Amino acid sequence: MTPIPLKTARTTIVHINGKPYQAEEGESILQIATRNRLEIPHFCYHEDLPIDANCRTCLVEIEETGEVVTSCTLKAKGDLRVLLDTPKVEKLRRENMELLFGDYHDRSPRVQHGYYSKTVEQLERYDVKGEKYERDDPGQPIHKLGTAAEFDPAMCIACNKCVEACQMIGISHLTLEGHDSKKRVSYNKDPHNDCIYCGQCTVHCPIEAIREQSHMQAVEDALKDPKKIVIAQTAPSVRASIGESFGAPYGVDLTGKLCTAYRELGFDKVFDVNMGADITTMVEAEDLVNRLMHKWEYQEGKRVDPPVGSPMFTSCCPGWVKFLEFYEPDLIPHLTKARSPQIHSGGAYKTWWAAKEGIDPKNIVVVSTMPCTSKKYETHFEHLWIDGNKPVDYVLTTRELASLIKTHKVDLMNLEPSEVDHEGTYSGAGAIYGASGGVMESALRTAYHMITGEELPGIEFEPARGFEGLKKAKITIGERSLNLGVAAMPKNIRPILREIKKDPMSYDYIEVMACPGGCIGGGGQPIPSTFEIIKKRISGIYKIDKALPYRQAHNNPAVQEFFAYIKKQPKEVQDAVLVRKFFKKEKGQ
Amino acid sequence: MTIRRHVALFYWNPNNKTLRYNPPVPLTPDITKKIEKAGLTGRGGAGFPVHLKWKAVKKAKADKKYVICNASEREPGVFKDFHILENHADKVLEGITLAMDYIGTKECFINLNAEYEKKLKDKTNPLVEKMKKDGYMIRIFKEQPSYIGGEETALMEAIEGRRTQPRLKPPYPTEAGLYGMPTLIHNVETLYQIALIAEGKYEGKRFYSISGAVKNEGVFELPVEYTIEQVLTESNNIPGDDYFVQAGGGASGVVLNMDQVKTEKCEGTGSIIVYKADENPRKLFLNWLTFYDFESCGKCTPCREGTYQLKKMVEANKEIPWEKMEAILDTLEVTSFCPLGKSVPIPIKSYRDNVLKK
Repeated sequence: MTPIPLKTARTTIVHINGKPYQAEEGESILQIATRNRLEIPHFCYHEDLPIDANCRTCLVEIEETGEVVTSCTLKAKGDLRVLLDTPKVEKLRRENMELLFGDYHDRSPRVQHGYYSKTVEQLERYDVKGEKYERDDPGQPIHKLGTAAEFDPAMCIACNKCVEACQMIGISHLTLEGHDSKKRVSYNKDPHNDCIYCGQCTVHCPIEAIREQSHMQAVEDALKDPKKIVIAQTAPSVRASIGESFGAPYGVDLTGKLCTAYRELGFDKVFDVNMGADITTMVEAEDLVNRLMHKWEYQEGKRVDPPVGSPMFTSCCPGWVKFLEFYEPDLIPHLTKARSPQIHSGGAYKTWWAAKEGIDPKNIVVVSTMPCTSKKYETHFEHLWIDGNKPVDYVLTTRELASLIKTHKVDLMNLEPSEVDHEGTYSGAGAIYGASGGVMESALRTAYHMITGEELPGIEFEPARGFEGLKKAKITIGERSLNLGVAAMPKNIRPILREIKKDPMSYDYIEVMACPGGCIGGGGQPIPSTFEIIKKRISGIYKIDKALPYRQAHNNPAVQEFFAYIKKQPKEVQDAVLVRKFFKKEKGQ
Repeated sequence: MTIRRHVALFYWNPNNKTLRYNPPVPLTPDITKKIEKAGLTGRGGAGFPVHLKWKAVKKAKADKKYVICNASEREPGVFKDFHILENHADKVLEGITLAMDYIGTKECFINLNAEYEKKLKDKTNPLVEKMKKDGYMIRIFKEQPSYIGGEETALMEAIEGRRTQPRLKPPYPTEAGLYGMPTLIHNVETLYQIALIAEGKYEGKRFYSISGAVKNEGVFELPVEYTIEQVLTESNNIPGDDYFVQAGGGASGVVLNMDQVKTEKCEGTGSIIVYKADENPRKLFLNWLTFYDFESCGKCTPCREGTYQLKKMVEANKEIPWEKMEAILDTLEVTSFCPLGKSVPIPIKSYRDNVLKK
């Protein structure tokens, strides 16, 4: 535990529109206003990233002098009095928005397809239709970031947030290039630098110039196709964040309402990625136990061959896997051979459930809803396909799911909750996959059972929990203790990888997620996504675990049924559904 | 540590029976006093009092401090920095040495616009080498010529290897400048004048770059208190016909008519561009706006997008589209991030008020 620093900041009172507000000295007027739900339009401010003051729309007027200044840079101090919406301020805000959004309506795919967009809401408030000015054409096409995300330089307003988000996680792939009116987002051309598809840029872009590669049209088409059986499966994190797009408080679990929403949207079956997470836990725990046994036997002199791939790394985050395959390919053997949750459950439906129901897997369409953009990229790996079928056909981000629900005029918040279909039953272990440390906690609950035959005492493994980017912990299994590491964001894992290269025995098990706080802070989450919001979502996820009847993957009846089926299949089929391989990756792969 | 005069701090005055306080005086008189007395202000455009900058950097506590001499000079009609370096490089380096000694550093960067560097290196390099032998670490930074390089924090970003664009202030360079350290940054001419002040040779003059519709283009060293008309007369540049001028900067300078030049002085970077009274305004505006559009670093909305839209508007219309331009000029003036964007409306609005409305 790091000690909580004493609050040394002095408080002061500032007047906004004549009303007094308490503020910490040094806090900006924009922060104070936002905290008190006073609307100031802004397009380059994010509370976790540096203040750039580029967009010049968060303008306010200082009462005393009549001076118009940006509220993101105006610091609270005693006697400060500001006015938010004077005619002078509104006129200048509107003009800068006209200059920024000259092409927005013509280029935004959300506007084009009639999908919901928060930016449009803001522009409507200022009556900016994008017709006053035509912006300069940078002459660059839309650039694809793998099969996960894309950016449109023509839409970019050079706010710099994506570049800073990319630096924040420790990749620095995105850049701003060009000057004057051609200054737009671009990418690092160095062959030794590549995107890991985490999508943090997309969740920090205020105007969808960087966005997920959309699967919405494909999902709409599948839903309309009477021959297709369309399955929805929800990732652990989506249920605790989807409400944000519908005005719900942060961290509220909407699993029940979401199940009903899927049915209203026309999905035939409602399963759950949490169930897939339970499968992953089973496979991963077995892999972990095998590696640990080997290591212990080697250390005790019972085996002479040194353990390969110890410590074991989690592999359910495709962003982290891409990071390792591209930047540290020598360490690939450390990745657990377990497939990721959505691929496990998708594969299970197209084999086990299809056989059970007598359905041709070719007619099954699996749609995952994910807090993530790299999960889109994962669906394209041919080596994960089973007998020519993709385990998952399409992935919608939380934002896309919100758009789909809004576009179909489904009133999510007022729906009666319903349950997932039986084959989607999940345990609390699957539910906590969304938070950094959750995968490790789930695997340890089951690995402990595999090694000792008993349930892990004190089931909630506190040291792995929490928002910190790097957590280290020890756990005792029998007479042995395991050294554990949990990292979120590549910048936090790099020092650990250096330690491991020096001494592979220094750790036993490492969990890594590409995004801050794990999947719950993923690149596909609703905008805005901030560290404070992520913390609230995390508490929502742990509440779900607590309330579930089964809290260990091995006690989930649906998973038990699935394993009973799969263990009867030939080895090749088992491997095709349960395990995976990894490859050294080149730039752009 | 300065050595101070060793005399009693207090002494008894028997005449009126009082104890008098006698403050210690440094042995070497403080050069900032001389600078303050000379009333020297920065010659890079902003006109900030030099002695205040020096005191602020000296006062700042840090392990390291820097001096930067800026010869970015990219604005059209401004070429006095080149003239000074070509003819008085030794004096400029003296000024740099004084500045380094005063703030207590041995590290300095000279920012030379790369085009200047090519032409001047034979003059400046031997001087820099000589100073290195005396223990002064002077490095020449070859800047890709840019207007924004004249903005001090943008230049610091460039030297540090990042995008050349201005930083948020505060902190000011005097507290946290180059590499986050207190930094004393001056234009070439300012440092030259400081050398003169130290030698007691400062005569209250400045360098004027005179160009345009004149017969005797060039750089002239004349008194600061001269009116523009006096400067033109003295330099043998008064046009025969009616004219107007743009003074204080070739893009950002204010436009003044023939009556105004009789009373107004030329400040800023000291440039005077003379135009014939019948100069085509569209051509003039396109010159300014093409420059501003191209040179915008692209950081903030009004400058990046606004100058482009203004240029397009003027291009698309035979007459100056005053009404259409108004909203962008206003937002440039009020909401631009740095002084460069804020100055775009100056020539345009002053042309309208001082030439067109006459």
